[in-house]
Amino acid sequence: MLTLLAPLIGGIALIMMRNLGPAGWVNLGVSALTLGGALWLAFLVAAHGTVEGAGFRVDAFNVYLVVLTAFVGLTTSIFSRPYMRHVCAQGRISAASLRIYHGMYQAFMLTMLVALTTDNLGVLWVAVEGATLATVLLVSLYRTPEAVEAAWKYFILCGVGIALALFGTVLTYFASQHVVQEADAGLTWSVLYAHAHALDPTVMRIAFVFLLVGYGTKVGLVPMHQWLPDAHSEGPTPMSAVLSGLLLNVALYAVIRLKMLVDGSLAETATPHLAGGLLMGFGLVSFVVAGLFLHRQRDIKRMFSYSSIEHMGLMTFAFGLGGPLATFGGLLHMLVHSLTKSAIFVTVGHATHIAGTQSIERIRGLIRTQPAVGWSLLIGVAAIAGFPPFGVFTSEFLLLTATMESYPWFSVVLLGGLVIAFAGLFRHLHPMVYGTAPEGQQPVQANMLPVLVHLGLVLWLGLAIPGFLAAWLDSATQLITGSHLL
Amino acid sequence: MSLTLMTLLQQFVLMLAALALFLSFVLLAQPRLVAAIHVFAWQGALVAAVTLTVALAGDASHLYFSALLTLGLKALLIPWMLHRLARRLGLERHTETLARPTLVIMAAVILVIFSYWVVVPMVAQGLAFTRNIIAASLAVVLIGLLMMVFRQQAVAQVLGFMSMENGLFLAAVSATAGMPLVVELGVAFDVLVAMVLFGVFFFQIRESIDSLDVDRLNRLTETVEAEEGRRDAS
Repeated sequence: MLTLLAPLIGGIALIMMRNLGPAGWVNLGVSALTLGGALWLAFLVAAHGTVEGAGFRVDAFNVYLVVLTAFVGLTTSIFSRPYMRHVCAQGRISAASLRIYHGMYQAFMLTMLVALTTDNLGVLWVAVEGATLATVLLVSLYRTPEAVEAAWKYFILCGVGIALALFGTVLTYFASQHVVQEADAGLTWSVLYAHAHALDPTVMRIAFVFLLVGYGTKVGLVPMHQWLPDAHSEGPTPMSAVLSGLLLNVALYAVIRLKMLVDGSLAETATPHLAGGLLMGFGLVSFVVAGLFLHRQRDIKRMFSYSSIEHMGLMTFAFGLGGPLATFGGLLHMLVHSLTKSAIFVTVGHATHIAGTQSIERIRGLIRTQPAVGWSLLIGVAAIAGFPPFGVFTSEFLLLTATMESYPWFSVVLLGGLVIAFAGLFRHLHPMVYGTAPEGQQPVQANMLPVLVHLGLVLWLGLAIPGFLAAWLDSATQLITGSHLL
Repeated sequence: MSLTLMTLLQQFVLMLAALALFLSFVLLAQPRLVAAIHVFAWQGALVAAVTLTVALAGDASHLYFSALLTLGLKALLIPWMLHRLARRLGLERHTETLARPTLVIMAAVILVIFSYWVVVPMVAQGLAFTRNIIAASLAVVLIGLLMMVFRQQAVAQVLGFMSMENGLFLAAVSATAGMPLVVELGVAFDVLVAMVLFGVFFFQIRESIDSLDVDRLNRLTETVEAEEGRRDAS
């Protein structure tokens, strides 16, 4: 267990002090060590089942997110090293800012991993709040008025949201005190889950509303999503990649864990599916509204952040639907969305450097100028829009099948939403990728390795999900819903 | 919900919580920034007093520590940091009147009623005391939220944020006899880091818009006109 956290803590201390030359490499090395630790952890879980100790608890559900987090963290750090050097050379940020960037990058990874592996709901809250604090300075890294505004909005909205989540956590603890004997175990998720049926349903119902609004703010569910497009569009691109690919997942992970508790508590009451129903409602609204907003975007990074909201809405809907098929689809969708979206943000980072702007109207003719970037963007967007050979298609198909089974009418909304989102993405994409390149547009030095690896994996997942991964997701599904799919 | 059914101790804790709620109202309407910081410090001291009372009554020894932590953090350290920031930003004499004070106070009253309404279903617990205290702390949290919405000045917004945290501490301590120590330390750490970052942001905001009036942070919107204006400016 310590192998996972030790490199991170070491990394922070190291990077805060280093001079700038090797800092990017150190960042990369630490991320690689983290991934090694995560894989070892996954091996342990595969061999022995749930691993527990020192307040941490890793089972099939969170270990797959741990590996995903560490993997995207590594590939993004590969991308960020030359990218941030380029930005620094342009004079957009100072050397001190670059040091903050590297330190905070690792701090962010640390909070993500703590949030995923901890067994204590209070520590989960502390870690998710810590993730906000680690990234807020990164959003304002460029120090433009827009960046500062985005960061302030992010800080205030997520701070308020997460404060409501803490109130929900306090209420959960209050409910648990009448059930769990030792006070210190009262926030331990595994203990609570074992006693879920005995938790007072009225208290848990109120608590879940607060928790959903709180963590839902971080997921980017629609009435509380305002911070997300701003933070994504104004921060440095590697940050957008990890925010979109990882932070949203971790917040959704928290919501799912809590839903499991509330479902257990409400099972005997008149409204056993209250939590699921709330998730479905919020998810569907986010999905449709974000799909519509895709059409009116003018900033390329804003556009893809709305696409993230749309996909998070879809996943929230899937987990709200419950049942093994929808849950399996949701888990798979989390995986493929993270991989595809971070690949897209990496490509977008290169595209904005080529065009020198984030405005969609001025990014033109990418394939002519630099075929690698243009094609990657085209393929990435095709993947995220759910074209057949890619993994996103598989998960969306599973999800649609599950919806047809239980709520046939919602599948009409889902299909409509998918078409709207598809049209929204492609009407902007087409001229950016094709079209004539402006005079004097030069290719930039681009490291396309992370993009290739991510898109390759998504393609592989779309063609054939390897047996071990399917078994892995299946045991996670079994943990969440109590029954196997395969 | 009759008062006479409660023990003297519960009545005392409830009185302190009610005072904290009252201070929330004062904080909401106080136009002078420095005075508002003082009000916030007193609220922190009240939360610490509640913690101490609960600690004295029960046998939970870790609550002494958390009372000390709350007193140090909420009543001394954070107000001191805010005070220093206000001085360095030249805001000692800054005043900001609410646009519609009556309306805002009415809204706060409605929030208090709403908080009591939320906890009504908890009758089954048969605990009038806990119900009252949760309602009071929820009201403190929501009034803090209201303050963040209606105040335009960045420092005042931070005060609203911190008083939300006060409400959360109040709920944690009085309804549940304190969270586990790890969690309490983690939350305190997060609050402290947030305060430091807020300080950094005050300077960044002032640098970028030449004022701390957050209403003037309005460049990022979804409307086309604003985007056009932004492009012309750049």
